[in-house]
Amino acid sequence: MYRYDQYDHLIVKERVAQYRDQVRRRLADELTEEEFLPLRLQNGLYMQRHAYMLRIAVPYGMLSSPQVRMFAHIARKYDRGYGHLTTRQNIQFNWINLEQSPDILAELATVEMHAIQTSGNCIRNTTSDELAGVAADEIIDPRPYAEMIREWSTFHPEFAFLPRKFKIAISGAEQDRAATAVHDIGLHVVKNAEGEVGFRVLVGGGMGRTPIIGSVIREFLPWQHALTYLEAILRVYNQHGRRDNKYKARIKILVKALSAEEFARQVEAEWLDIKDGPATLTVDELQRIAQYFTPPPYETLPATDAGFEAQKTDNKGFANWLKRNVKAHKVSGYAAVILSVKKTGVPPGDITAAQLDFVADLADQYSFGEVRVTHEQNLVLADVKISELFTVWQAVKAQGLATPNIGLLTDIICCPGGDFCSLANAKSIPIAQAIAEKFDNLDFQHDIGDIELNISGCINACGHHHVGNIGILGVDKDGSEWYQVSIGGAQGNNTSIGKIIGPSFSAQQMPVVIERLLSVYVQQRTEEELFIDTVQRLGIAPFKEFVYASPIPTGYTHGEDACVY
Amino acid sequence: MPVSTNIIKNREVVADDWSVLRLNEGDSADSVSVPAGRVIVPFSVWSAQRAQLLERAEIGVWLASDAQADVAKDDLARFSLIAVDFPKFTDGRGYSIAYNLRTRLGYNGELRAIGDVLRDQLFYMQRVGFNAFAVRADKDINDALKGLTDFSEKYQTSWDEKTPLFRRVQRQAVSQD
Ligand code: HEM
Ligand code: SF4
Repeated sequence: MYRYDQYDHLIVKERVAQYRDQVRRRLADELTEEEFLPLRLQNGLYMQRHAYMLRIAVPYGMLSSPQVRMFAHIARKYDRGYGHLTTRQNIQFNWINLEQSPDILAELATVEMHAIQTSGNCIRNTTSDELAGVAADEIIDPRPYAEMIREWSTFHPEFAFLPRKFKIAISGAEQDRAATAVHDIGLHVVKNAEGEVGFRVLVGGGMGRTPIIGSVIREFLPWQHALTYLEAILRVYNQHGRRDNKYKARIKILVKALSAEEFARQVEAEWLDIKDGPATLTVDELQRIAQYFTPPPYETLPATDAGFEAQKTDNKGFANWLKRNVKAHKVSGYAAVILSVKKTGVPPGDITAAQLDFVADLADQYSFGEVRVTHEQNLVLADVKISELFTVWQAVKAQGLATPNIGLLTDIICCPGGDFCSLANAKSIPIAQAIAEKFDNLDFQHDIGDIELNISGCINACGHHHVGNIGILGVDKDGSEWYQVSIGGAQGNNTSIGKIIGPSFSAQQMPVVIERLLSVYVQQRTEEELFIDTVQRLGIAPFKEFVYASPIPTGYTHGEDACVY
Repeated sequence: MPVSTNIIKNREVVADDWSVLRLNEGDSADSVSVPAGRVIVPFSVWSAQRAQLLERAEIGVWLASDAQADVAKDDLARFSLIAVDFPKFTDGRGYSIAYNLRTRLGYNGELRAIGDVLRDQLFYMQRVGFNAFAVRADKDINDALKGLTDFSEKYQTSWDEKTPLFRRVQRQAVSQD
């Protein structure tokens, strides 16, 4: 894992000092709230419904155990004992005091962490594949490139006040696990016919109000040119992106207005000027960074283990967990374990201080002291010996992190919604919980198989509802909360945007709506067909028809007593 | 007589005797009268009144945030000063304009940030090539001066730093244990 050197330490330390003084000036009224706002956002501090929220950067989702323990400490000392994992591989704390926020950053700095550019109209934390370095389908480990992008984008002087936020995702495997198609820039590591490493460059993807899938503007960019090419894209966007209307300010709107071909032409023209300049990456630099991502000291192990095979046969619970939560590893005798932060009754992605400490200890004991955050709001121990899986499972189970539901119906992506977020039109957590409760039966979930259910409390799409196989969007109608349902969205290699099935529903109707969607699937599926395949084959019509065929009870009316959470 | 105000120039607070001409409602670029003395005129006025303005010893222009640096390309040598306007401090187009004026067009005279210029942006502004800052009048300019030294290292290139950190120094992780 990347470790800071004296320069990284210095930059982060100076940032803490700068921010501390900004907070001081705000409290002394030397800065107005309007002036302070972009400054605090560029430090991950949002004003939320009840309190400030602090979003801490987890570069490309990688954490060391001391960093995880620091989260536990922050949760206890400055928050209410828990944190919230996000779809951008970060962690958020929801109950922060402005006055204490500089101290939190100072504490984070001691474990090589910060909240730089986790919000605001700048280049955000670059995200990547949670299985980077271990995935069986990996072409090239994307993390060294992600780290080079992190450094380049940190306090880039020209791009700190862009028209809008800017997100980059990078994937190095056959299967895209980084949602690259719905980012402002998506990078796919590829090898050309000569075996040289480069990037396929996608631009202009995004969700929100206008969901768009990114367009390829370059099929092959030699890796040495990554930063200069990004600079060219950003310069075109900074100058020509719309600033008159914040809803049209994302790069996706510019790319669409110009066409991908014209946008690419402008980028190439801009790039000519800086191509091969000093910012061109060097083999030395790649090697310096790559040495932090060398494989840990794996043992030479057989592909499986007699004890493990016996445990698997004897214990159905363990077998279920293996099936869903344990992923193939490229090294013999090892596996990647996904810790499900999706237990029924708990808001998706919420994790307590005790669980964080537990995960840190577990990582030290069984996975070389490393943890990753997934964009589905779960955690990963990437390097667990197969012979130790049973022990790990038992320990994880006791902490409520072993629900065998990864990729299943209750592995819901869900934004904080109306319970925390001041932008929300509707709550999302109670909807996730009501659905999880209704479909708590694991046999049923396993029968349904892989399905992606994503919930956002408003059109900003923090919960990725557009790319959910089933997407739920909170909408406001005459001051009350309603939910619009879409199906057919997908992430990964075949990213698609879901289609809305019809008029929206009340919170109480939602579990039945999901039940009806699933029953159409169960009736219509061919063998081996996943929910998404059936939707793609049949279109939305049969689903729509059945969901609206007869009235769905609304339960009690919406109001104070309607909220279960 | 323009009132002398203070600006930051080359990292010092100094008196300034330039005045900035801004068009009022009803003014037009070709008919507005440019006062005597050191005046920074809108680029549109420069274009419209180029013939007369060329006769003046010292003239400055300012570019609006939606301008491209290229518009000034042919006359760079004529200007004692180029300013870039920040209508709001959150409008970041001026950073790319400055970068292009310096790096692409090779402008090496005074480059001044005007408009909504605040302390917490100065560090970035100097990196892209500004060497003068007309800090917003209601702010303490001596306080703003401190903004220039917020950081002592930077990772990436810009106008002020032609070599990225990875080429400039030998980097090595330091153990925390
Ligand atoms: C509670 C505090 C939050 C606030 C105030 C907030 C705010 C926003 C806003 C304003 C947008 C719209 C951006 C746009 O349309 O350009 C957005 C989009 C987004 N947010 Fe959040 N968000 C919050 C929490 C989260 C969380 C918890 C996650 C992850 C679970 C998240 C991930 C995202 C993503 C992935 C998008 C969509 C980006 C895209 O359009 O490509 N946000 N958020
Ligand atoms: S989707 Fe809307 S409600 Fe949900 S976190 Fe984002 S901004 Fe808030």
